[in-house]
Amino acid sequence: MSQLIVPTMAELMAKGEKADVLFWVGCAGSFDDRAKKITKAFVKLLNKANVKFAVLGTEESCSGDPARRSGNEFLFQMQAMSNIEVMNAYEVQKVVTACPHCFNTLKNEYPELGGKYEVVHHTQLLKELLDDGKLTIEGGSFSGKKITFHDPCYLGRANDVYEAPRELIQKLDAELVEMKRCKAKGLCCGAGGAQMFKEPEKGNKDINIERTEDALEVKPNFIATGCPFCNTMMTDGVKNKEKEEDIQVLDIAEMIAQAQNL
Amino acid sequence: MIQQIVFLVLLIGFSALFTVNIRQIKKNINLGKDVDRSSNSKARWKEMIRVALGQSKMVHRPIAGFLHILIYVGFVIINIEVIEIIIDGVFGTHRVLSFLGPVYGFLIGSFEILAALVLISCVFFLTRRNIMRIPRFWSKEMKGWPKTDANLILLFEIVLMFAFLLMNASDSLLVAMNSSYYTVEFSTPISQYFIPLIGHLSEVNLILIERASWWFHIIGILAFLNYLVVSKHLHIILAFPNTYYSNLESKGKFANMDSVTNEVKKMLDPNIDPFAITDDTTPERFGAKDVKDLSWIQLMNAYSCTECGRCTSECPANQTGKILSPRKVMMDVRDRVEVVGKGIKKEGEGFDDGKSLLDSISIEELWACTSCNACTEACPINIDPLSIIVDLRRYLVMEESAAPMELNNIFNNIENNGAPWQFSMSDRLNWKDE
Ligand code: SF4
Ligand code: SF4
Repeated sequence: MSQLIVPTMAELMAKGEKADVLFWVGCAGSFDDRAKKITKAFVKLLNKANVKFAVLGTEESCSGDPARRSGNEFLFQMQAMSNIEVMNAYEVQKVVTACPHCFNTLKNEYPELGGKYEVVHHTQLLKELLDDGKLTIEGGSFSGKKITFHDPCYLGRANDVYEAPRELIQKLDAELVEMKRCKAKGLCCGAGGAQMFKEPEKGNKDINIERTEDALEVKPNFIATGCPFCNTMMTDGVKNKEKEEDIQVLDIAEMIAQAQNL
Repeated sequence: MIQQIVFLVLLIGFSALFTVNIRQIKKNINLGKDVDRSSNSKARWKEMIRVALGQSKMVHRPIAGFLHILIYVGFVIINIEVIEIIIDGVFGTHRVLSFLGPVYGFLIGSFEILAALVLISCVFFLTRRNIMRIPRFWSKEMKGWPKTDANLILLFEIVLMFAFLLMNASDSLLVAMNSSYYTVEFSTPISQYFIPLIGHLSEVNLILIERASWWFHIIGILAFLNYLVVSKHLHIILAFPNTYYSNLESKGKFANMDSVTNEVKKMLDPNIDPFAITDDTTPERFGAKDVKDLSWIQLMNAYSCTECGRCTSECPANQTGKILSPRKVMMDVRDRVEVVGKGIKKEGEGFDDGKSLLDSISIEELWACTSCNACTEACPINIDPLSIIVDLRRYLVMEESAAPMELNNIFNNIENNGAPWQFSMSDRLNWKDE
């Protein structure tokens, strides 16, 4: 495996250079073992397409999404304002992130606090690179396989991004099968609104199990995700159903990278 | 003459009552905090025409949506008839619009067909609500008044349509008899089927039936207008302003709390001594504990709610057995603002019954929400239950420090090391070399 090239904003600045796009890694992408694999897969694709990007590295801090969704507006705004200060200091114009929660927060909620950037989800950037001919996608081991895409709430309903991830999946030469609840009607994985970090309330089922059942119904070989939290939830769901031998849960960036053995 | 006077008294009485009632509701809605939703009126008109007038979101459930549109169109168009009834009532005329000639006959004929369609739809809806066990009509919050309310309206519509058809049937028989007063011919595509029922009656009895149906029709409509104010059917009026003032921004964007922004800026600015400033920009309360802490939009949402339960049936928490139901949240807000509104009317601005919204909406409901926006997406009139849930959470967290323990842990972690987990910020780039 070739070495990942991951410059930081500070390093580029020291060299008198500037990145075209800031890759906002997010907390899950930085610390969660499963999500780190997604981060690396995405970096491989960025490297392959020669994108001049950089990360904030140790200068990045939680976007504040879980704080805001759970009502801690103080904490959210503290996080937002200090992140904005850092990004503005680097004169960031464009941001890409593989986390729909960071995506939503940076895109919609930072502007009011002084952080105005063009923010895209990683599937949107990959789609752009593909359209510009900077990235090629081949089917590889995914050719002819059945893939279903689980819409992250904060990418889909919250921001109306439905097509970019789907177009990428289709480029894998795979059969995209839709669950009965998809796009605007997609069911939540159960992680949003800071639920990821707490036990669910009393009920008769966990939400991720309900959603995994939706996916199992269409008998996919892969469940594609576009969010590190959905990924965890769906992976747990598949394990709970003892289907991990037959069904793999992968982020779209991982699929594209794996298909070309990056 | 006496008829005309009685009519005028009723008309004025009911209209005055209606005005008073609507004013009170407007007052109650204005108990909410001010938010500015005046911008972008072009997009707002469009949204209103699409969602309220065009009922674009109703048809996501095609059968119910289609029948609802029938009832709605029927209701609106047949009400053109009411204009005629009012003129007739005031001036003692009979079918005053008949000067339209053949057009009039055709109009009445099409009203009859619509009336029949409305009838069929109402019967279907009654069956669906009471016999088919559709879960969203049988949940806890639908017990008692909400269920009665829904059935009452449907029954009422049915009776009203019958009265309309019976009126036409008796009228057309009187015309055929050359009865002195009844001279206007019109087409009777549906009411002709009532003729076997009343065809044998004498002229006097027919006139009695015709007059009774006429009076029933107009009194019914005036009463209906005043019934709206205590019913979920207020949506036939409020759906319009409610969709006009929809949230036009991305659903994922939560409203910024400017009061907090001021505080945070003070904290982050090293040049300001936070204890030295006392200003009055600080609100008396962060987040919402009671209806007065919500915005007027949220209160209007509550009054507009149709109690259809589409939000609840799409809610992931509700589907997996949690007690959260976004419809119940809306109903609780409406019930509470009614109580507070009445209280203020009686006791003045200082009204305090020691209760709040949190007495009806429990903490368990609030923390079950994943903020997924399925409810706002599903709502046929763009109501936003999520914003209320978040405002109540804000109160719990910022005023009561009453977040679940696990969330308090992540707050600490985020504050101290910039991530919800206990990792050091200096390790944030370690993944690169792992
Ligand atoms: S946003 Fe909350 S209340 Fe609305 S559907 Fe999702 S979980 Fe339910
Ligand atoms: S909030 Fe909307 S979807 Fe929910 S019950 Fe009320 S009208 Fe129906």
